[in-house]
Amino acid sequence: MSTASRVMDLPEERAWKLPSRGRVGMLSLIIGESALFTIFVVAYIFYIGKSLTGPTPAQVLEVPILGTICLLSSSFTIWRSEHAIEHGRMRAFAGWLAATILLGLIFMAGTAIEWHKLIVHDGLTIRTNLFGTTFYSLVGLHATHVVLGLSMLSVVLVLALLDRFPASQSERFAVIALYWHFVDVVWVVVFTVVYVIGR
Amino acid sequence: MSNLQSDLPMPIQGTLESEKARRSRSTALLEWLQGWLVTVDHKRLGILYILYSIFFLLVAGAEAIFIRIQLAIPNNHFLTAEVYNRFFTMHGTTMVFLVGMPILFGFANYVVPLQIGARDMAFPRLNALSFWLTAFGGMLLYFSFLGGGLYGAGNAPDVGWFAYAPLTARTFSPGNATDYWALALIVSGFGTLGTAVNIIATIFSMRCRGMTLMRMPLFTWLYLVVSGLTLVTITPLTAAQFMLLIDRYLGGHFFDTQAGGSALVWVHFFWIFGHPEVYVLVLPAFAIANEIIPVFSRKAIFGYPAMVAASVGIMFVSLGVWAHHMFTVGMTSVTNAFFVLSTMLVGIPTGIKIFNWIATIWGGRVRFQTPMLFCLGFLYQFLIAGLTGIMLSVAPMDWQLHNSYFVIAHFHYVLVGAIVFCIFAGLYYWYPKATGRMMSERLGKWHFWLFVIGFHITFDTMHFLGILGMPRSIYTYQPDRGWNTLNLIVSVGGFIQGIAVLIFAYNFIVSYFKGDVAGDDPWDAWTLEWTTSSPPPVYNFAEEPEVRSRRPLWDLKHPYDTDWEYEG
Ligand code: HEM
Ligand SMILES: [Cu+2]
Repeated sequence: MSTASRVMDLPEERAWKLPSRGRVGMLSLIIGESALFTIFVVAYIFYIGKSLTGPTPAQVLEVPILGTICLLSSSFTIWRSEHAIEHGRMRAFAGWLAATILLGLIFMAGTAIEWHKLIVHDGLTIRTNLFGTTFYSLVGLHATHVVLGLSMLSVVLVLALLDRFPASQSERFAVIALYWHFVDVVWVVVFTVVYVIGR
Repeated sequence: MSNLQSDLPMPIQGTLESEKARRSRSTALLEWLQGWLVTVDHKRLGILYILYSIFFLLVAGAEAIFIRIQLAIPNNHFLTAEVYNRFFTMHGTTMVFLVGMPILFGFANYVVPLQIGARDMAFPRLNALSFWLTAFGGMLLYFSFLGGGLYGAGNAPDVGWFAYAPLTARTFSPGNATDYWALALIVSGFGTLGTAVNIIATIFSMRCRGMTLMRMPLFTWLYLVVSGLTLVTITPLTAAQFMLLIDRYLGGHFFDTQAGGSALVWVHFFWIFGHPEVYVLVLPAFAIANEIIPVFSRKAIFGYPAMVAASVGIMFVSLGVWAHHMFTVGMTSVTNAFFVLSTMLVGIPTGIKIFNWIATIWGGRVRFQTPMLFCLGFLYQFLIAGLTGIMLSVAPMDWQLHNSYFVIAHFHYVLVGAIVFCIFAGLYYWYPKATGRMMSERLGKWHFWLFVIGFHITFDTMHFLGILGMPRSIYTYQPDRGWNTLNLIVSVGGFIQGIAVLIFAYNFIVSYFKGDVAGDDPWDAWTLEWTTSSPPPVYNFAEEPEVRSRRPLWDLKHPYDTDWEYEG
């Protein structure tokens, strides 16, 4: 290395900036969670068509178009609300956040209706056959993550409405938003595997 | 936050004195206890992790002794077959999850923030949560001895540390023992995940000024790698255990061959976790050796960038070799060939490391103190273990040796000969920093020599038993198989190691009260943890350090011959 560049390297001469620990932590968690989902997805794919008895996916599954649209657009609304809090527009922040939660709730309602139909009408439970086992596990695992994300967002919303979530917390909110985006991306994979490939 | 107050080195004069007089002994004790229970300080949590693991090391060691008593002579009835199965299951599970992982994370907790000049971990409360989850997992596992039998047959888990399906199905494992196995590991797995996230965030976001990634001590580097690997290693096990519990409690069919499920899927999932897991255990051992070998050879580590690259390389390769545990299940020859080659590939970065360590020692003024002795043992034994690993990676050879004592010998050479040796080295090395006192060198040498002799008597011999065809996990054998003498020798070696560990435990406790006062830097070392007092104050460093090279303390000690003038 030349002398000039070594002088540049001296710590005094350069601002010392490190990535935010919240983001690094959340990204690490996301990597770990991805491995968890990967195992469930692999199991799902491996067991496609291996059930010994019915019902089969083709007979009972309907593509959850509305829920999917809602969940995916919630990535947009939460991005808007991130943007708002960064610029200190707290009303807009709360508004977009509420929209995000609403969209998430519609998604969950869709899942509830779907499961009700499958269990009561089609008689498909987790013990019926391999399809039931893998379907409820994978979709359920994802739904658990949605519920977790919704809980975090709701806490933030309540705090924001009470004026307890100042704009200075935008970094924290960005970390939660990162998680929410991850939950969305996972749904794209689950949707593809369960409703496109597996049906 | 009471721990903060009690740890402050300079209490406000007067206030404490009058309070102390009023306070009775028992409240003082309670406050001391509470200070440890609610602590979020990385040093205290590190110590808790290590004490917890040493406790379980003794427990699982005792289980091993029982196993060896049973196998010492043919047709023995010291343990019944059922109890024997529980003991080898609990021995393996304990050693991997309650000794290996927590003690290595204990080292990380204690040392990493000090080495990077930080005040604490990135998320101190998550850190405490992770420890207590891990601790709860351990208690849950051992509670199975009492609670596992209440509702049916069985007691402690008895399905092996790998818990192969379909043995774990309700039909074949009634009662709750298997559930304790899964639940305990899921809980401690969450703790492990939390710690891995925490270490990564700490290393990326908490380094002191001037500590660029390529100036980090190799110890810290390896913990970055190992935590990254942990993220994708422990979660597949958690996933598979969720599936197992779904099968057992909700009537699912993941591993139910009667309903089209596949037992083989479990085997794959387990080893997708299991093989990287062995690297999660061995990389921290490398981390410890990377600190001790240079300091005790009085030379900077040889080939720092190559060491970093080799560690990252090992991390990636280790994710693609798991099926070398499955050559005997009958995979296609293409699959076999793939896993043979990928497994052999691991030998390259591993070999680079061994050469670098030897080059570090080469021409150095080696000080043969206890930490270094254990590291030298590690070097030799890890080399042999790697070579038997390569032997096993050859599929036809493995068809012969799989599930024999040869495999047991191979992995104990790594797990004991490399990892436990490095753990002991690290304990002797950082003990003075954590307690302010030296461990006895004389007892340390006794410990080392007894342990190394016992180790070789036991595990060298096991290779021959394996080649003679003795299978693993059998509770007894007939006298006419030609295994009698060798088994007796193995058991004798086990006892010698047991005595050595007891000497260590004695040394560990007595030195705390009677050891020589250590001072800040007893080994004349070079990394930041040795610049602060022993034990360090709660806040670690009075002012945030600033570094310009990989050996900041060397720079301080030799202002006219600093490293940063040479490091590129
Ligand atoms: C780095 C540290 C290592 C550790 C901690 C380790 C640990 C283990 C363990 C625990 C097992 C047996 C698991 C069981 O069946 O219960 C095992 C088996 C095996 N190891 Fe290693 N090992 C290490 C390095 C290596 C290396 C470097 C190689 C090859 C280059 C290797 C190749 C194998 C093979 C092929 C088996 C399967 C043997 C069989 O089950 O038939 N190992 N190892
Ligand atoms: Cu392996």
